[in-house]
Amino acid sequence: MTDWLNAIDPILTKYSLVTAFAVIGSLTWLSYKCSHHLTAGRVHGSAIAIFAGLALAYLGGWLTGGERGLADIPWLAGIGLMGGSMLRDFTIVATAFGVRLDEFTKTGLSGVVSLLVGVLGSILVGAAVAYAYGYRDAVSLTTIGGGTATYIVGPVTGTALGASSDVIAISVAAGLVKSILVMSLTPAVAKWIGLDNPRSALIFGGLMGTTSGVAGGLAATDERLVPYGAMTATFYTGLGCMLGPSVVFLFIQWCVS
Amino acid sequence: MAIYGTAILAGCLLTGLLIGRLLGMAMGIEANVGGVGIAMLLLILISGKLRQSGKLPQATASGVLFWSSIYIPVVIAMAASQNVRAAISGGPLAIVAGTLGVIFSFAMVPTINRLGKSNDDDAWLTKHPDTSDQ
Repeated sequence: MTDWLNAIDPILTKYSLVTAFAVIGSLTWLSYKCSHHLTAGRVHGSAIAIFAGLALAYLGGWLTGGERGLADIPWLAGIGLMGGSMLRDFTIVATAFGVRLDEFTKTGLSGVVSLLVGVLGSILVGAAVAYAYGYRDAVSLTTIGGGTATYIVGPVTGTALGASSDVIAISVAAGLVKSILVMSLTPAVAKWIGLDNPRSALIFGGLMGTTSGVAGGLAATDERLVPYGAMTATFYTGLGCMLGPSVVFLFIQWCVS
Repeated sequence: MAIYGTAILAGCLLTGLLIGRLLGMAMGIEANVGGVGIAMLLLILISGKLRQSGKLPQATASGVLFWSSIYIPVVIAMAASQNVRAAISGGPLAIVAGTLGVIFSFAMVPTINRLGKSNDDDAWLTKHPDTSDQ
């Protein structure tokens, strides 16, 4: 048994990115199985996988005392590369590929308004809560606010502004809470907020922003609504990444100074 | 070839990051201002132009689509490499911020929905059945 471990360990360490693909792939597969069998698809597999990732990061931090979650375990270091800013930004930009500008412009005023209100409103709500919890520096406030927008806007904003890893982790957690709530609550509130036509789905996507939350929530409400919500939601993260570390940061800095 | 699509994607990200860095320098902050968002807009514009002129074969597109399809796993890896242990102390903060953010956004849907309603809105469902794959 020890011999076997001695043989496999250097391989896993040397090919750490390949190890990461295998580990994250297995985790994703397991999470989608759980989503299907334990929640009847009500909680989206991606949300379960991200939650499992955060739980494992806690475990990694507890085992190693390090600051990079699972990536501090030598043979899992590749997870740090896979989930690092280089590949993260690369894949996020790639999601814009399916979007057509002319389809989006047809939402007219309400689409643009929903995006702006969604991004700015969420960041300011998150920043206000962070302020109430004792944070006073503009970098942390903007990062946690960004996380309240989506779990992408938070880390992208935080990385750009130089926020600490624990603040970035809080922002990811806030985005995850939002994503899970949007997925699970959307079918329940759909009737109440008038979510029964493509136009309101577009507005919904622009206001919520979390792509997995919107896709999961709309799929559970009415599958035909998914592309409309997902389309505006795709713009949300780009807009949040653009406004978060710039206009919003300067505004929050002005507020706290 | 797939690498053409991947190279276009890489060019968009690098250009976006460069513009973002220049914007940051112009604003006097040590930060990349909206580089990722600018890169997304660049990719939308460039891929739109190429698609229009028929210069976007399936093989080239697949060089972008692969990266877009592993965005969720990359986010899972990102979550797994965060300093969650330190974040637990701010646990209630994350839950309260996330919950209030959702309540705020849900409440805004009917408000904005009332804004600028027009008759051809409901016709989209039949006219544009294509979906963005995410």
